Amino acid sequence: MADKNTQGRAAQLLAWVDERFPLTANVKAHLTEYYAPKNFNFWYFFGSLALLVLVIQILTGIFLTMNYKPEASMAFASVEYIMRDVSWGRLIRYMHSTGASMFFVVVYLHMFRGLIYGSYRAPRELIWLFGVGIFLVLMGEAFFGYLLPWGQMSYWGAQVIINLFTSIPFIGPDISLWVRGDYTVSDATLNRFFAFHVIALPLVLLGLVVAHLIALHEVGSNNPDGVEIKKHKDPKTKIPLDGIPFHPYYTVKDLVGVAAFLMVFSAIIFFAPEMGGYFLEANNFIPADPLKTPPHIAPVWYFTPYYSILRAVPPILNSQFPGVAAMGLSVVSFAFLPWLDRSPVKSIRYRGALYKKWLAAFVVSFLVLGYLGTEPSNVWGQFAPETLLVGGADRATIVARIFSVVYFSFFALMPWYTKKDQTKPVPERVTA
Amino acid sequence: MAKQEVDQSKRRFLIAATSVAGGVAAAAVAVPFVTSMMPSERAKAAGAPVEVDISKIEPGSMLTVEWRGKPVWIVNRTQPMLDALKNHDDKLSDPKLEVTSQQPEYCANDARAIKPNIMVLVGICTHLGCSPSPKLQTGADMGADWPGGFFCPCHGSKFDLAGRVFKGSPAPVNLVVPPHKYLSDAVLLVGADDKGAA
Amino acid sequence: MKKFLFALALLLPLMATANEGAKLDHAPIDPNNQASLQRGAKAFVNYCLNCHSAAYMRYNRLQDIGLTDAQIKSNLLFGDQKVGDTMTVAMNKADAKAWFGATPPDLSVEARARGADWLYSYLRSFYRDDTRPTGWNNLVFDKVAMPHVLWQLQGQQVLKVDEATGEHSLVLEKKGTMSPAEYNQMTADLVNYLVFMAEPFKQHDKQLGLLVLAFLGLLLVLTYYLKKEFWKDIH
Repeated sequence: MADKNTQGRAAQLLAWVDERFPLTANVKAHLTEYYAPKNFNFWYFFGSLALLVLVIQILTGIFLTMNYKPEASMAFASVEYIMRDVSWGRLIRYMHSTGASMFFVVVYLHMFRGLIYGSYRAPRELIWLFGVGIFLVLMGEAFFGYLLPWGQMSYWGAQVIINLFTSIPFIGPDISLWVRGDYTVSDATLNRFFAFHVIALPLVLLGLVVAHLIALHEVGSNNPDGVEIKKHKDPKTKIPLDGIPFHPYYTVKDLVGVAAFLMVFSAIIFFAPEMGGYFLEANNFIPADPLKTPPHIAPVWYFTPYYSILRAVPPILNSQFPGVAAMGLSVVSFAFLPWLDRSPVKSIRYRGALYKKWLAAFVVSFLVLGYLGTEPSNVWGQFAPETLLVGGADRATIVARIFSVVYFSFFALMPWYTKKDQTKPVPERVTA
Repeated sequence: MAKQEVDQSKRRFLIAATSVAGGVAAAAVAVPFVTSMMPSERAKAAGAPVEVDISKIEPGSMLTVEWRGKPVWIVNRTQPMLDALKNHDDKLSDPKLEVTSQQPEYCANDARAIKPNIMVLVGICTHLGCSPSPKLQTGADMGADWPGGFFCPCHGSKFDLAGRVFKGSPAPVNLVVPPHKYLSDAVLLVGADDKGAA
Repeated sequence: MKKFLFALALLLPLMATANEGAKLDHAPIDPNNQASLQRGAKAFVNYCLNCHSAAYMRYNRLQDIGLTDAQIKSNLLFGDQKVGDTMTVAMNKADAKAWFGATPPDLSVEARARGADWLYSYLRSFYRDDTRPTGWNNLVFDKVAMPHVLWQLQGQQVLKVDEATGEHSLVLEKKGTMSPAEYNQMTADLVNYLVFMAEPFKQHDKQLGLLVLAFLGLLLVLTYYLKKEFWKDIH
């Protein structure tokens, strides 16, 4: 234990800092005297885990950049150099590739928490919008990063997605040319995607994460009951009755989440880093060949629901643009939730059957569309030619269309079914 | 439910135990990252020891080879060159080779070599890293007293034919003798000795 | 509702039975069998390295399968190659493309791109086909540009099409120097080596992974009890 002298010195040093920098003030405001609801459950681990994965990606990314060469003729070889010749390089590489997928696992679960407990509702709309911004930037970050290994999937995935932009009316082809920096995906594209992935988007991401947390701390967290803990404060201390200091209670609880997460993370890195071809695709171990398209191109698993929707929309008036627009809308729709949801209650615990059915339908659509996006459109064969309406069409495409409609209806019809829903009375204070 | 008594010692133990475990985890995670910055297999392969055929070096002349990106001089010293090494100890900064890091122990002798006539030196000036010019002949443009050796054009450091630095040079220590060994009379291996690769 | 969703999620992997191409035989390889890996390395150097490079694989990595530098030098290196060199090939890429119609791909990570079963089946599925420039075709890789390099060992197979079912099968017409069992063993060794070469650290990392998981398990237990202790304050 520190003796009186050391304690005195430490306190003096702290006082010196505090006179010049709001250290203690901030520790109090955001940790030891920041009050969070005491009824956080399993769904509340994923915010801190997302922050952890961000740190992992930045740290491993920095070390990968020490050896990676962002040049078309050297990129693939430099990745193998990292895997074989750099001490522990393969672990750093696997941490980064696994981290990318785990980022989306964690973020999707984090978003789902927002969905079920109404975390996007007033006064938390801005937290939610910053979150949607983070999600969009994360998708961009993953997309740019995926080109870097310069494998077949990297190359052709980028080629296909950038070609989507050509369908934008009037300005499409020019935009694609501008994004590529060349007439086809090439070294020019690789180098600029490297710049976006390594510095541009990470800076934006960090800014948005800070904004997300500042907005959160301004209002305070929601909780599984959707009850505002600030409504009932202790008359003397002004502390919310159902609130507990974030530190030490949630720092210590989040540590358990971190340990569990790291076990899953480590199991993947050491035993199955390819995850059956979903985290590291087999085709990406073939160097990019502009002259040979792989038989089956699919985006990485975390993009597949939106990709499914893109594929489900047929060309309209000879343009692919409606499909592109639908894909964009499917991602952006999350942003509208604070204003689509007309229910008087926030949390699913007090909502009625109607809402729960729609949420279930949305989850099923998301999963089915996600699965279909990993497969070619003919994975379930075709309907017999004589079948009414759908004769000859790919079964998977018809299913994708149906579930796309369900997906969008979850959002589009929300003002109606949330209003109509039979809700239960919400308690004044939090339950377990 | 009534609040239980806070068991401070149990708390302290758990905090301490978790902190120790966490510290071990952090250190363990740091190892691969820090180690990854050490020379890679590719760098180690490129920096592998170099075999040199010394049978063709004329007496009195020098062969330069590359090892780990640095020039290595192999000088075939004549007897007069070896004799000239003996009588200018008072002009040298470290005639007795007291800075032992500059040569392996099997070269801590008068000739600073395994075979007296073959001198192996890393051709990098110990001042700031320029490569000195060979001035193997006595006298000439180095002055009548010059016993033969090396002269660094950058800042004027001078070394004799055993790589030992002359007083008055900006260079603080003798030129480095790299680890080396003879695979045969004609083949010299630079960069490794009986202890293994450098 | 939650149960229904979980059940649905469990069904998804069952749907992933997209069957493309020929049926593949399971490659009977044991990544811990160093003798097999060493035989495979020898076969690779003798038969494959003439046309295919393995440019990301260093010879000295073979220490991981129990070979010493001296053994590598005497059995596997040619000419003035050093043990720290990578497995490059002398054949010029442009020449190769002209001779074979396709550049023989680098095989360093082929096992990760194709999979062990595909490679094992491929190497045993060559058959005589005079319509092809090399005189060889392959049931697993139709119209492949590669000739049957190992034909002297396996012998010559021909394609038989069943009149009734239309099923394709291969029949050994001319015997090679190895019996089918010996050839299968050799191919298994070669595939075993290719899998090792694609990921030389895989077995080592699995062992490390066990240690890491054990330690993290301890950390999980400690953090759990730490949390429980502090949360006694609440409720």
